[in-house]
Amino acid sequence: MQTFDYVAAQTVDEAVSLLASKGDQARVLAGGTDLIVQLREGRRQLETVVDVKKIPEANVLSYDAQNGLHLGAAVPCHRIYNDPVISKTYPGLMDAFTLIGGIQIQGRASVGGNLCNSSPAADSTPTLIAHRTMCVIAGPSGQREVAAEQFCTAPGRNVLENGEFLLSLRVPAPPKNFGAHYLRFIPRNEMDIAVVGVGSSLVLGDDNSTVTDARISLGAVAPTPLLAVEAAAALVGKPISDDTIAAAASAAAGIARPIDDMRGTIQQRIHLTGVLTRRTLQGALSRARGES
Amino acid sequence: MATRIHVQTTLNGEAVEFLCDSRQSLLEVLRDDLGFTGTKEGCSNGNCGACSLQVDGVLVDSCLVLAAEVDGQAVNTIEGLASPAQLHPLQQKFLEHAALQCGICTPGFIMAAKALLEKNPKPTEHEVRYWLAGNLCRCTGYDKIVRAVLDAAETMEASA
Repeated sequence: MQTFDYVAAQTVDEAVSLLASKGDQARVLAGGTDLIVQLREGRRQLETVVDVKKIPEANVLSYDAQNGLHLGAAVPCHRIYNDPVISKTYPGLMDAFTLIGGIQIQGRASVGGNLCNSSPAADSTPTLIAHRTMCVIAGPSGQREVAAEQFCTAPGRNVLENGEFLLSLRVPAPPKNFGAHYLRFIPRNEMDIAVVGVGSSLVLGDDNSTVTDARISLGAVAPTPLLAVEAAAALVGKPISDDTIAAAASAAAGIARPIDDMRGTIQQRIHLTGVLTRRTLQGALSRARGES
Repeated sequence: MATRIHVQTTLNGEAVEFLCDSRQSLLEVLRDDLGFTGTKEGCSNGNCGACSLQVDGVLVDSCLVLAAEVDGQAVNTIEGLASPAQLHPLQQKFLEHAALQCGICTPGFIMAAKALLEKNPKPTEHEVRYWLAGNLCRCTGYDKIVRAVLDAAETMEASA
């Protein structure tokens, strides 16, 4: 591996000033499960690696019914799903956090890092979007917030500017009658990258049937994870039914613009987008009704 | 040239300090500098699990951890498992079930299985198979490994 300076930043300001002074010659290290591989394979050349795991704000993991989930960007997956309250409160997030890599990867890899790596196929991003997650970004001029669906801008690229890094994620507390679900298609049982991934969420009215809010997000079918606005619009304001779910699935498949690659063809990915939208909506519905 | 980094850690219960380069993985420092060659190098990109060990009790691939990152943390490797007089039940059961052939994946499997049994002392076969999905073996076909882990779980439970 190439030589670089390793700095374990202790504060947000220290990390920001290092990142600002080094520009694209510096990169943030959280779990390292992407970055260390990129460095070892020579895909990235860096002067400085800024470890943010010692910064308290990047390690926060807290939940309360008022403020929802505050998730430090460096918190590894295992800490999140081993928290009994958080895993019970956000099963739709856990769907993704428990299937990123194997146990060893989940012991290290952070959800913030998954987002910052900005792969179109990232498992956590569609479900973060379905949960209306806000990204808290620290930078030279203080903090700013960006909605998760606005974060990625192209494969491997995102809204972070020089000197900025992702500090934490804020996920609203689930409203009454809320349900969410994430599913991906891979051709085996475990340990693979999504051919397509879909995260969906629903909020039902007091009749337990009328959809008052819906979010559907698609992974691996475009250069960035997509928020399927038309698909959600097919559901909102109507009683949930097989027909409205089918209309949403068809609208979601309609905005997929995937590529052909070794994992799947365009046609297969468009088809899977519809299938997984339907299944995740059914899963979200059953959670919203407290059936699972 | 980056300066050498001073790291203080606890390795299998004993205080250890070393100097490393920023680019050295924990795996490289253990094997090349500290002489702890029980942890094996397989793919060096986080796919095979041969280099599995525990950092502060958490199972990780040591090829994906920079040595500098474990400053102040406790590292546990396969060398810390057996007592001078006795193999760990997992090691004993891997032998009894012939759950290894070439042996390169074995320390990683045993460390992964140890972490599983600490969290879940009575796993089902399904749970064992999913937990060990991050460990690859090209010799055994996995079945003997899974049986060895289940048998070790029973033995450990009985003697607990």
